[in-house]
Amino acid sequence: MPGDDEADGTPAVTERTTAARPRDPQDEGSAAGSATLDTVTDTDPGRGGTDRGKATPGRGERIFRWLTSGSGLLVVAAIAAIGLFLLVQAVPSLLANNANFLTSPVFDTRDPANLNFGIRDLLVVTLLSSLFALVLAMTIALGIALFLTQYAPKRVARPFAYVIDLLAAVPSIIYGLWGIAVLAPALLPIATWLSTNLGWFFLFAPGNLPVLTGTIFTGGVVLAVMILPIITAVTREVFSQAPRFHIEAAQALGATRWEVIRMAVLPYGRSGYIAGSMLGLGRALGETIAVLIVIRAATTPSGFSLFDGGYTFASLIASAASEFSQPLPTGAYIAAGLVLFILTFVVNAIARVVAGGKVNG
Amino acid sequence: MSTATGLNSPERPATTPTFQAPSTSRKIKNNLATFLVGLAFVVALVPLVWVLATVVVRGVGAILSSDWWGKSLSGVLPESYAGGVYHAIYGTLIQAALAAVIAVPIGILAAIYLVEYGRGRLAKTTSFMVDILAGVPSIVAALFIFAAFISILGAEQSAFMVSLALVLLMLPVVIRNTEEMLRLVPDELREAAYALGIPKWKTILRIVLPTALSGTVTGVMLALARVMGETAPVLVLVGYSQSINFDPFSGNMASLPLLMFSELSNPEPSGQFRIWGAALTLILIIMILQLGASVVSRFSAISK
Repeated sequence: MPGDDEADGTPAVTERTTAARPRDPQDEGSAAGSATLDTVTDTDPGRGGTDRGKATPGRGERIFRWLTSGSGLLVVAAIAAIGLFLLVQAVPSLLANNANFLTSPVFDTRDPANLNFGIRDLLVVTLLSSLFALVLAMTIALGIALFLTQYAPKRVARPFAYVIDLLAAVPSIIYGLWGIAVLAPALLPIATWLSTNLGWFFLFAPGNLPVLTGTIFTGGVVLAVMILPIITAVTREVFSQAPRFHIEAAQALGATRWEVIRMAVLPYGRSGYIAGSMLGLGRALGETIAVLIVIRAATTPSGFSLFDGGYTFASLIASAASEFSQPLPTGAYIAAGLVLFILTFVVNAIARVVAGGKVNG
Repeated sequence: MSTATGLNSPERPATTPTFQAPSTSRKIKNNLATFLVGLAFVVALVPLVWVLATVVVRGVGAILSSDWWGKSLSGVLPESYAGGVYHAIYGTLIQAALAAVIAVPIGILAAIYLVEYGRGRLAKTTSFMVDILAGVPSIVAALFIFAAFISILGAEQSAFMVSLALVLLMLPVVIRNTEEMLRLVPDELREAAYALGIPKWKTILRIVLPTALSGTVTGVMLALARVMGETAPVLVLVGYSQSINFDPFSGNMASLPLLMFSELSNPEPSGQFRIWGAALTLILIIMILQLGASVVSRFSAISK
């Protein structure tokens, strides 16, 4: 990785720089050989510990350094501020809440004097749709990543990868419109088949909606399409870094292409694949508008079936966005947003830890 | 075990040959894997083609109508096919542009910090937080701006609030892209500049950044393309308006996603007409940005 050698590379460079400073660039050519050696060896060893920038920082240097690290700090501050402000706005409503925030399936904020809201149903619908999407997308993305890195010829791999990336360029509201207007009717036969033949299994049990379109099932398929590009991109990158030696060693032992993949590529790329999937899961958890358009609202809480309807955290907040006027009901939605923030924070943090610096999400 | 290669040859090895043709089961597994992997790729193409075809087929009528690009929906009845979306195009562009004005300088400076200056714990934390910020859902960014600026500071809902939320969504994209480009700049360039006695900050501004410029521009364009389609922030932070509003700092303002979302509650067939027309318009704008980004990045390949 380019970043790794940066840490030890730069100090060495800067030492040489200081020593070379007084010299005229003109005589560089003639005296280059010996002079360069001299300057390197001449470097005062006592100076080695101090950073050159700190030794004589000019004003421009100081201002620039301050500006750049300030911008870096701003990012850290932004995350802290998001957590803090959401918490501050959520606490009064949480205190005024008459239902159990974690276990109540109702979300009723119509009467500010009698708030009843809980996230149980939101959590169920969010997790169910996201995990279903994740399972679908992980399978397909693994195939695509292998296809692009191990099967497709180099010449076509790049345009093919670009095509997959185009999936990420389509705005989510368009996926939502397509999902409910085009995909849902097309998925109806599959959904009907699943619910009649596998209805005994809780995931395919009859849901709380009168129809089989606009269910968590439909939403999950739409979400899978939406998170496919990110999982593919990360996985592809890691797979393409699989050590050449391992691959060639496997080939030399007479392994078939699939065995090469199983022995050399998959073990190396597993952590990256999982990290990419976690990033995709984070996207799915927070996806708002497509889910709001596709998954229908239901009157009864979800029973862990894919044919249920309901709201996810994000779609509930978006659906109520026009009614954000009174502080207490608004705070209830902000509390839901805070839970979503924590959820995505954890998932993304796991992705980063799992990746172990192999990928740049 | 009998083998295919010359039993009578004098070079016949004393033991069975090391390399034998793969057994049938291994061949079957291999072919199955090849088939499944190819299938996965084809399966992924289906939704892309399907979505684009749907949008083009349903939206092409609208964007070819005479008023589409030059008129707003001001005073147009819900069931009428008249009017256009230029008010929404303006909103989409100005909101993204304002966000870029704020996010690009901060993003580039933060990337410089991460690549050139950042050492130790603060840099690690910053890099971690950039990843976290990249994963913050747009609805959470919108809620944060709502909580901080509208609830607590008492600001009015306006297009500028949307831009602030978009800043949060653009920042990680700009930072990551710029960072990647900065790391690609060869160290020899930096060393050459240092050797001439140029201070580090001037080296970065005059040598490193210009070298990485095209990549940075690509990153900014991709970030713009990403935030233009965001619907959650506009839902929470600004009201919809059927007519043009040039002032991003006050009043309601339409944008393409917001127009689509509001027309969802229009039961007339003309609502669908506008929705798909706006969808195609939005996709066209994003495609232009993406194409522009790849053209710019091609220039960088030449200059490197």
